[in-house]
Amino acid sequence: MSRISEKLKELKKKKKTALIPFITAGDPDLKTTKALVLEMERRGADIIELGVPFSDPIADGPTIQAAGIRAMKHKISLEDILKLVKDLRRKTEVPLVLMTYYNLFYNYGIERFAVQAKKSGVDGVIAADLPVEEASELKKYARKNNLDTIFLASPTSPPQRLKLIAKETRGFIYYVSLTGVTGVREELAEDLISSLKRLKRLTKKPIAVGFGISKPEHIRKIRRYADGAVVGSAIISVIEKNLKSKDLVKKVGNFVRRLAQACY
Amino acid sequence: MLPNRRGYFGEFGGRFVPETLMNALEELEQAYSSAKRDGRFQKELKYYLSQYAGRPTPLYFAQKLTKKLGGARIYLKREDLCHTGAHKINNTLGQGLLTKRMGKKRVIAETGAGQHGVATAVAAALLGLECEVYMGTEDIKRQSLNVFRMKLLGSKVIPVKSGFRTLKDAINEALRDWVTNIRITHYLLGSTVGPHPYPVMVRDFQSIIGKETKEQILKQEGRLPDYLVACVGGGSNSLGLFHPFYRDKRVKFIGVEAAGRGIKTGKHSSPLLAGSVGVLHGSESYLLQNKDGQIKETHSIAPGLDYPGVGPEHSFYKKIGRAKYVPITDKEALKAFLLLAQTEGITPALESAHALAYVVRLAPKLSKNKIIVINLSGRGDKDVHIVAEALGVRL
Repeated sequence: MSRISEKLKELKKKKKTALIPFITAGDPDLKTTKALVLEMERRGADIIELGVPFSDPIADGPTIQAAGIRAMKHKISLEDILKLVKDLRRKTEVPLVLMTYYNLFYNYGIERFAVQAKKSGVDGVIAADLPVEEASELKKYARKNNLDTIFLASPTSPPQRLKLIAKETRGFIYYVSLTGVTGVREELAEDLISSLKRLKRLTKKPIAVGFGISKPEHIRKIRRYADGAVVGSAIISVIEKNLKSKDLVKKVGNFVRRLAQACY
Repeated sequence: MLPNRRGYFGEFGGRFVPETLMNALEELEQAYSSAKRDGRFQKELKYYLSQYAGRPTPLYFAQKLTKKLGGARIYLKREDLCHTGAHKINNTLGQGLLTKRMGKKRVIAETGAGQHGVATAVAAALLGLECEVYMGTEDIKRQSLNVFRMKLLGSKVIPVKSGFRTLKDAINEALRDWVTNIRITHYLLGSTVGPHPYPVMVRDFQSIIGKETKEQILKQEGRLPDYLVACVGGGSNSLGLFHPFYRDKRVKFIGVEAAGRGIKTGKHSSPLLAGSVGVLHGSESYLLQNKDGQIKETHSIAPGLDYPGVGPEHSFYKKIGRAKYVPITDKEALKAFLLLAQTEGITPALESAHALAYVVRLAPKLSKNKIIVINLSGRGDKDVHIVAEALGVRL
């Protein structure tokens, strides 16, 4: 069983929803990312997603776009981020997921990527523009290397697609809470709870909800219906506001703590 | 037949998009395939193409240019004479009618040169659709006339400040809008790029160019041409001309890519000549990317060619050798612009001037009984101030 699945199983026993923070690797630099991962784990993160910055992030709103631009100022590559993960693995066992766009994996070479990612200690991968139909190569090499391929499901996916996604995903189903790009939202989408209930009836796989999940009260509202909550832009906003502060890592940690408390 | 069921031309194409768009693309594919077989839809499209857009466009024998270059006989397919001044209207009328058929009331589009934006704005006004056009701020500066035209037509132009602020970034932003407003919106994509079914659908709507050319050249010359020459940005005008001749193996296809300041300088828009295969904007195709897979900044004097990717069908033509691809620099295009203006009294779009520039090189090497058809995909009014600036003239 993968580190991700084990973690989700363990949390299920405790009736806790997994807190899954997303940060862009290299924002504002790799040293800070490393410190942030360790701090977020210490303050209650269960699984951590690291965004690999891409020049054309079509599924991302302004906050994550800006984080990518900050990271790319140092010309951060997938290779650098694999090295970061390797380095992190000396200090933590927290499940780590890389999330980006397919061209970066493709360019690296899918087989080479799967081998190197596993070697570095990556547990799962998500390509935001890779639907199940196009994923045969990534699936093949990821399976061979025991790397979870996590697929997204959305409010516009009809039942037969949801079933297909549930069948193909490993680790968890990443349910996109709304029709739109990533970013902080005031309110949850109106139909989110009913959609999650419907999805639960279709599959036994764990479901994590992301896109727009921005504050503790959002997590409280969904935690009975979801196995995990992904929070990205809201955390990156804290980074953005504290770019010049010595307490950046601590402040992100404080926010993660508040989110984690909403998971019980 | 190409593409296959999953939208692949050989190894190129596909549907690499966020899950949120998948169902809409399936619906679009079904709507398009049913419209294609529906006589009433085809009749309506034909009506608008002839009565509204001004088709068929002439296939003009450029006698003076032929004489001046002293070689092959040169014909110009006059897409510049279409309503709105470019071939883009062929596709926007088709997709506009399809939007109505799908019961959607809003269209969005991306534009570089502004030609597709204007053609979309026109179709939206005609068909009663709400229209918003994404355009990079760099292009807004370069093509201010078209920006104002779109506004006059009742469309909203949304400036895109991300990335390099050109066509690529306008597509990113249009895709983000589409993900958000998917249920009420059709993305009226303007080229043979993007996820399946766009590359095949846009090519089909543009194939009217090649179909007419075939009929016209048979009538005027009694035989098929030896060369078809067209500029390649995303690929819609070139594939529109080429595709109906696909099986006519003796007809050579030449796609002209924008070499900008020269391929060696790195400031160009030539993915087929100087790129590598990757995935951008929904399909697998040739791309300009760095060693890490990040998309590179492009350059061309012609905003409509200033794009790091190319349609998957072109990548396939390159791979199987069906088409030959050649580079033309900003300077050569500019010279060709002036040449056509002064020999034939036609000012071509800077995009089309790239195709023309290659013929300036090619025609003199060929014997006088050879026939070349150039797709004059658009007119150059929109480019007059770019040309003035390049010539150091203050308007």
